[in-house]
Amino acid sequence: MSPALHTPRPAPPAEPGAGRGDAVVSVAAQRAEEPLYAHRIKVYPKSVSGRFRQIKWALLGLFLAIYYLVPWLRWDRGPGAPDQAVLIDLPGRRAYFLWIEIWPQEVYYLTGLLVLAALALFLATSLLGRVWCGYACPQTVWTDLYMLVERLVEGDRNARMRLDKMPWSVAKLARKAAKHAIWLGIALATGGAWILYFVDAPRTIGPILQGAADPGIYFFIGLFTVTTYLLAGWAREQVCTYMCPWPRFQSAMLDEHSVIVTYQAWRGEPRGKHKQGTGWEGRGDCIDCTQCVAVCPTGIDIRDGQQLECIGCGLCVDACDGVMDKVGRPPRLITWDTLANQEAKAAGRTQPIRWLRPRILIYLVMIGLVGAVMVAALAMRPTVELSILRDRSPLWIPLADGGLRNAYTIKILNKTWNRQDYRLAIEGLPAARLAVSGADDEQLVVSAQPDAVATYRVFVTVPAGATLPESTPITLAATHLASGEVARHGSVFLAPRP
Amino acid sequence: MPTKIEKDAVTGTMTTGHEWDGIRELNTPLPKWWLWVFYACIAWSLGYFVLYPTLPGVGGWLGWSQRAELADRMAAERARVQPMLDRIRTTAVADIPRSGDLHGFAIAGGRAAFADNCAPCHGAGAAGAKGGFPSLVDDEWIWGGDLDAIGRTIAFGVRSAHADTRQSQMPRFGLDGMLTPAQISDTAEYVLTLSGRAAVPAAAERGRTIFADQCVACHGEAGRGNLELGAPSLADRIWLYGGDKASIERSIASARGGVMPAWSGRLDEATIRMLTLYVHSLGGGR
Ligand code: SF4
Ligand code: SF4
Repeated sequence: MSPALHTPRPAPPAEPGAGRGDAVVSVAAQRAEEPLYAHRIKVYPKSVSGRFRQIKWALLGLFLAIYYLVPWLRWDRGPGAPDQAVLIDLPGRRAYFLWIEIWPQEVYYLTGLLVLAALALFLATSLLGRVWCGYACPQTVWTDLYMLVERLVEGDRNARMRLDKMPWSVAKLARKAAKHAIWLGIALATGGAWILYFVDAPRTIGPILQGAADPGIYFFIGLFTVTTYLLAGWAREQVCTYMCPWPRFQSAMLDEHSVIVTYQAWRGEPRGKHKQGTGWEGRGDCIDCTQCVAVCPTGIDIRDGQQLECIGCGLCVDACDGVMDKVGRPPRLITWDTLANQEAKAAGRTQPIRWLRPRILIYLVMIGLVGAVMVAALAMRPTVELSILRDRSPLWIPLADGGLRNAYTIKILNKTWNRQDYRLAIEGLPAARLAVSGADDEQLVVSAQPDAVATYRVFVTVPAGATLPESTPITLAATHLASGEVARHGSVFLAPRP
Repeated sequence: MPTKIEKDAVTGTMTTGHEWDGIRELNTPLPKWWLWVFYACIAWSLGYFVLYPTLPGVGGWLGWSQRAELADRMAAERARVQPMLDRIRTTAVADIPRSGDLHGFAIAGGRAAFADNCAPCHGAGAAGAKGGFPSLVDDEWIWGGDLDAIGRTIAFGVRSAHADTRQSQMPRFGLDGMLTPAQISDTAEYVLTLSGRAAVPAAAERGRTIFADQCVACHGEAGRGNLELGAPSLADRIWLYGGDKASIERSIASARGGVMPAWSGRLDEATIRMLTLYVHSLGGGR
């Protein structure tokens, strides 16, 4: 972490409450007084409106739409193949993504995708701080949705705090029950939709709703229902603060040129209540209204500087903009800016954002490289593959006429959606004769069913009189009759010591 | 060394009271619910301890056991493959190789049955073993290598107790005084020439007459053997009991007679058929 990032957290005021009145106190400040194990301090985020809240609503709608609609997209792959555009067929051991189909041994495409995703996350974090956390992470999206429900049922921050303090009554019970019922409904829909990525959606949704689907399906729907409900309804910011590893090492991607949510202390301090009609000379713009703390979904005070808990959602920016508008001061006391620029501004200069930094270029180059390798691998993905298992017992078979035979099990992977024929040939041992067990076909043509692996036993025979070294490298080739595509695999022909 | 719990001047955070070489630890409290999750895991493990077999010799309350589960699954699997086994029993063996999925099933079933029953003598890869356990992967057969012959050998055995067993007995030319040691040596010398190996011509010439008198009836004029009688070929490179002169002399003097059990009473019809097809597919099948 660069020194500029280490903004010391100011000690809480010596006399708590002095000058604060009923001010909102950040979770961090409250927790600092706790023993080794802390009670969870419940956060009651206040509703807020503004530019970043709007962006968050728009992205929430977009991501939920993608999540719920993708399983219903169709993609024609011809007869015999599933027509779901995105499908992970675990029992069939295939994954489909639009025109791409991968077999289990091609899971490196998935690895490549994950590497790309990680690099993109690093890049986004270096550029814009925790935009992933604040805007796109499912934990954030679903928590936002749950908070919306909570606000509609129980009211805004103050109403919710009052409700929680109230003794139990029918009215309170009704509100709480309604909230949890809606939450569970959303959780059920979330878990239900997740399953649709693993089965054929249109054909399975009916049985699922009628209770006639496989018990395994209900188990997973139940599992994802419970996790969604717990994580988005109960755990919320605790996930980001205590469970997620990402906040713990994101500081490695941030530097003083990353654009992050930051309180402009040079402009805001010294903070203090402001009486209408009095001037602004000799004081900062922050009127210590603690609105920024009240709206924060993780309950922190952004004025304490960079904190592990901050998910970079920008809601405090919206809140403070509203306050500045009311008191007639320029907006963006809390803003998106680089720490370098903040340091410069504190000294009366400005420091333009440096977008092109070595780490950015390195991430871009790595993304380009991994992407290019993946595109090339996809473009050159063979439709036929051959693999060979050499018999180990016996290593060789002496024949009655003095000839010598080795036996192999071959597997031909037909990655097309039609039955295909292949001609087998042996290379590297001119005297050898190739034969397929059980076939007296001189043409050595074998076939494989659509999208399946065909297994054959083949024999390589060297006639009597040939003197061979103990091990001769050979290659078996399977030529796809229709396209001429050849799959090869190497092995050895073993002979007793001469 | 615990010190005073106090407020750290720089961060405003309380310390834990732990100090190592002057370095004090700030208190970053663990959430209580985390602790409760830990206790819940302990409670869960206690439930697990009671419900499932944990201590040796003490079953769990649920009565679950791995052995019973295995038995269940085996029974379920047997029920699942029963229709295939029925088809194997009712289809002519010669037709099975042409019937796609059934052949694949038979070969797989044969491989499993071979590993369970045949591998101890014939070897895991069916390569046989010295001392009378013939290789099943080469192209030499004593009692025949077509599907029918292989099936009969497996079902009834060789010199077994079964009424239909493969049965043949070579005379003990030496032990029973039918040939003198010199004559046996000459005969062995001649037998070597059958597979084209250099020998002492005069001895071989003497052996030829003895061979014509004593051996041709079973092993044939050119020593090619006779599948009907289980008389092995003496004219090729494959020797069940060794092909050097001393081994051949011993075979002539005291005869050989390996035994294979009959499997018809021990294995069911479908398994014998699967074994037949598997052995036939190993490379020597006719
Ligand atoms: S919302 Fe703005 S003015 Fe109010 S306390 Fe926060 S930074 Fe200060
Ligand atoms: S401090 Fe501001 S940006 Fe950070 S989580 Fe709270 S509201 Fe969001």
